[in-house]
Amino acid sequence: MPPPIPKFLRPSPPRPGKGSNGRNGRNGAGDGGVSTAAPTVKDRAEEATASTVGWLDERSGLSPFLRGFLYRKVPKGTNWYYTLGSATMFAFLSQAVTGVFLAMYYEPDPTRAYESASHITNDVFLGEFVRGMHKWGSSVMIILIFLHMGRTFVFGAYKYPRELNWIIGVILVVLTLLMGLTGYLLPFDQRSFWATVVAVNINASGPIVGPYLADFLRAGSEFGTTTIPRFYAIHMLLVPGLIAALIGAHLYLVAKLGTTAPPWLKAQKKDLMKEEI
Amino acid sequence: MADSPSQNPERKSRYTSGRGIAGAFEGETVTRRRFMEGTALAVGGIATAAFALPALGFALGPIFEDTTPTRWQPVGPEGNFVDNDYVPRVINIAPNIGDAGKTTIYVRRFNKKQDKVIKGEDPQPYVAISTRCAHLGCPVGYKSAAQKFICPCHGGIYGFQGEVLGGPPVRPLDRFYTRVTNGQVEIGDRFSVNSKLERFSPRDPSNHLDGLWQYLYPARPTT
Repeated sequence: MPPPIPKFLRPSPPRPGKGSNGRNGRNGAGDGGVSTAAPTVKDRAEEATASTVGWLDERSGLSPFLRGFLYRKVPKGTNWYYTLGSATMFAFLSQAVTGVFLAMYYEPDPTRAYESASHITNDVFLGEFVRGMHKWGSSVMIILIFLHMGRTFVFGAYKYPRELNWIIGVILVVLTLLMGLTGYLLPFDQRSFWATVVAVNINASGPIVGPYLADFLRAGSEFGTTTIPRFYAIHMLLVPGLIAALIGAHLYLVAKLGTTAPPWLKAQKKDLMKEEI
Repeated sequence: MADSPSQNPERKSRYTSGRGIAGAFEGETVTRRRFMEGTALAVGGIATAAFALPALGFALGPIFEDTTPTRWQPVGPEGNFVDNDYVPRVINIAPNIGDAGKTTIYVRRFNKKQDKVIKGEDPQPYVAISTRCAHLGCPVGYKSAAQKFICPCHGGIYGFQGEVLGGPPVRPLDRFYTRVTNGQVEIGDRFSVNSKLERFSPRDPSNHLDGLWQYLYPARPTT
């Protein structure tokens, strides 16, 4: 007689209304009754992934949502231009990941910022690479987001019922530019200092509210001790949070409303109809 | 429908007892459900405001307070300065941030022939010109041979008094208060001037100070 199987490895009893004991065993499948043969450890290992996914799905109900989101129908004529939005999102994710790791070495202090940035580039293992990814990736993200915007505009994909998604997208463009503006100060070399001085004074040139806006950005009337921490907090906490949330809303609307066919496809369809008539 | 208002006039009553709600008090108009909704919203609103408003004030606070006290910084004995040419000096305008808090100024003695005394203003014994360009804040340099201030960023040109001769700047270069203590020239707070060199509280670069424009760029509490 074999040794008794531990309780957690024994097949679960069949669910009410089900013939076999379902997910937990291939042994009794289809025979309509409880099988006596226990699954081997190998069987369980093979099914581990499926049963884990099943466990999660049974408790979260995610699979209908994911099926609708990932396997949704797209119009005929969908092409590579439709990947620009995803490309922008991946640029953002790359910025987020490299930014998190840069934050481990960067010191947002006027007397330490330049030193710590140089330290990242010159001393830290792969520091030059990660900082370079973040620096050049920012330009990549700006380029991609405008290409994505241009694609949406040229394809007329901003029209009813997708106006709200266009508005969210415009806010995302503004936030992305704000990331560029606030991030530019952080290396704190001569170029970034004077570029930020000019940028803040451009804000100050707005009538009535401009001077107050400049005071808000500088945390006072002059560029002072708290200006860099302020830019840093906006750059790494405030704006990325807003961007992540708005990307979620943007994607929800894309999944909800679907994408538009390229404009030339409609013209072809009309021609086709004429021929049919 | 059986319970539509037209067929069931009792539902229109403004009293809960009139609408047949169980446990209603005499004269009660607000249902307990509505009362609880309102309470939950109010409590949530108060709790949110309790952290959001202080945080907002915390971030916006620097707009409304002047944290830079007046400091008089000596820049050398009176003998170091003449009245027909500028001498560069470095002063500190923002503490604790190292070199970023320093700025160059150009100093000369008050010139009785060239400098006008503006009515109602106490004349400054020395003229201390700020190098912050009145366009967008780049550092201007004084070219002694031409007696002009030149901005490297966008080509602003200022004359000997700091008045605009060309380029995008909207007003003359800012100045600093000066005084003489024990033979030492001392530099105080910054002030701005309009095209007639009349004194104003310090403004940001790009803020106009002439005509109706000056009212679009108010003095700020921080300066």
